[in-house]
Amino acid sequence: MQPAGRQDVVDMALQSGTMRVREATSRAKAVARFRLGDTAFRHLTRAAAIAVLLILSGVILSLVMGSLPAIRAFGFGFLVTERWNPVTENFGAMAPIYGTIVTSFIAMFIAVPIGLMIAMFLTELCPQWLRRPIGTAIELLAGIPSIIYGIWGLFVFAPFLQETLQPFLIAVFGEIPILSSLFAGPPYGIGTLTAGLILAIMVLPFITSISRDVFDAVPPVLKEAAYGLGCTTWEVVRYVVLPYTRVGVIGGIMLGLGRALGETMAVTFVIGNAHRISASVLAPGTTISATIANEFTEAVGDLYTSSLIELGLILFVITFIVLACARYMLSRINKRIG
Amino acid sequence: MANLYAARRRKNSITMVLSLAATAFGLGWLVLILGVLLYEGFSGLSLAVFTEMTPPPGSTGGLLNAIMGSLVLTGLAVLIGTPIGILAGTYMAEYGRHDRLTSVVRFINDILLSAPSIVIGLFIYEVMVYPMGHFSGWAGSVALAVIVIPVVVRTTEDMLTLVPDSLREAAASIGLPRSLMITRIAYRAAKAGMVTGVLLAVARISGETAPLLFTALNNQFWSSNMNAPVASLPVVIFQFALSPYKDWQSLAWTGALIITLAVLALSITARALTTSRKQS
Repeated sequence: MQPAGRQDVVDMALQSGTMRVREATSRAKAVARFRLGDTAFRHLTRAAAIAVLLILSGVILSLVMGSLPAIRAFGFGFLVTERWNPVTENFGAMAPIYGTIVTSFIAMFIAVPIGLMIAMFLTELCPQWLRRPIGTAIELLAGIPSIIYGIWGLFVFAPFLQETLQPFLIAVFGEIPILSSLFAGPPYGIGTLTAGLILAIMVLPFITSISRDVFDAVPPVLKEAAYGLGCTTWEVVRYVVLPYTRVGVIGGIMLGLGRALGETMAVTFVIGNAHRISASVLAPGTTISATIANEFTEAVGDLYTSSLIELGLILFVITFIVLACARYMLSRINKRIG
Repeated sequence: MANLYAARRRKNSITMVLSLAATAFGLGWLVLILGVLLYEGFSGLSLAVFTEMTPPPGSTGGLLNAIMGSLVLTGLAVLIGTPIGILAGTYMAEYGRHDRLTSVVRFINDILLSAPSIVIGLFIYEVMVYPMGHFSGWAGSVALAVIVIPVVVRTTEDMLTLVPDSLREAAASIGLPRSLMITRIAYRAAKAGMVTGVLLAVARISGETAPLLFTALNNQFWSSNMNAPVASLPVVIFQFALSPYKDWQSLAWTGALIITLAVLALSITARALTTSRKQS
């Protein structure tokens, strides 16, 4: 015979025991659910990261596959042939490659010194309150879509060059032996030089903003020491800032070069699309990207399409190398500064 | 001695004047381009631009189908590209901050970030347009999404790396699972920066022409069918600007103005977002 109260106690003990079990199982379930969600999320993010790799390999693979017919038909000769004849299906990439290199060279020749000068102005000379607005304005240049540069170049810049700069160049250099062939021919307005100048304006902000960033990262104590010795601003930039940031500046320049090489729309508007190599920068030419943009949708026949895709592959390989160098250099300077 | 000093001073002044001139030169282009654009664009701006379809040569019309096409293509591209970009960036900043996969992905992503967009167009042509047998709006938005992804990956990773570890530790100490810690705590802390990344990506693709040329192609008419060619503002500008018709050219300028204003507004908003975050 047990006291009634004791039964309650046993009941309670039993009940609370079952409660504990129930609690424990639900907690275990929750933990399992969390663990499942955790693993799922982790794998999801990992898959997305791998997708980025897949995109790049997809780009390379599809370009190689697409250009196989052209590679089989023309082999290595594709790279060194100037001929581009859709009617006889005879294609060579020499003229577009040449045009791409020349326009990019003109662009870098102009944009590098000016870009570095602007970066120097922004970091050394400019009053503090003006730095942000001017820096922002220069970076807005980078934000303007390339098609805007194209339409502006075609309707405003090319006619302007045709009437001013180009006759001037022809008049000045016409008598000098080697330079005369460089600036030979009538002033068309559109042509290799115009494309190069537009590219210069387009890559300028890239070079400026990266140089400014690396210039800003020079330890002040180095500059102060040089100023303390009595160096002028120019001497500080030339002998302290530039040597310290050389790798980063070169990285920025190569980033700009990568952009200039691959730029499509702005160039397509003003280059004139002529498949020939001429010594004169005033003559119309073509670049890899302009050729693709102009002809791809109208290309008939597998060989024609395939040749254009091979052009794309060449462009991708060139820019890949340039950009890889740029990133390598920028990561080196970041390591040193960071 | 005094002579040398004077020569150095002179050299210095010359370079300083040159740098000032270079800056004026750079800003000059911005003013010139925007000036011409505003002048030419506004003279063609009217209500008809937003209410009428692109006209056949020689008659007046608007850009309605091109504007709508651009909005749809851009919207879809962001919808496709943003989740992938954010997830990949999350992996790089949260799970594999120091592993090899991350450094490889970071390198490849930086290359994709500045890869020529026309090559992206060729890629999508090869994998979507050619197998499907026709140009389509889907192909266009996938091409744009491929451009969106690297931008979003980059900003997401950078912004998540900036989130202080003490926040993560606090979350872990109250027993929050890692996935919830990332989505509820880290994302919230990095929100402004991540939104900036998406805005920058939108700004970047809204003016892209090259990848659309042989994916979405163009369409003279209203089209809501994403399985068929779709008109877009940049491609229409390209086609109209190179045409000999005055009406088309003036529409091209107006379109250019619309794109530029949109892009500038987006990038200024993005900039404002990041600066307010830095100051707070």
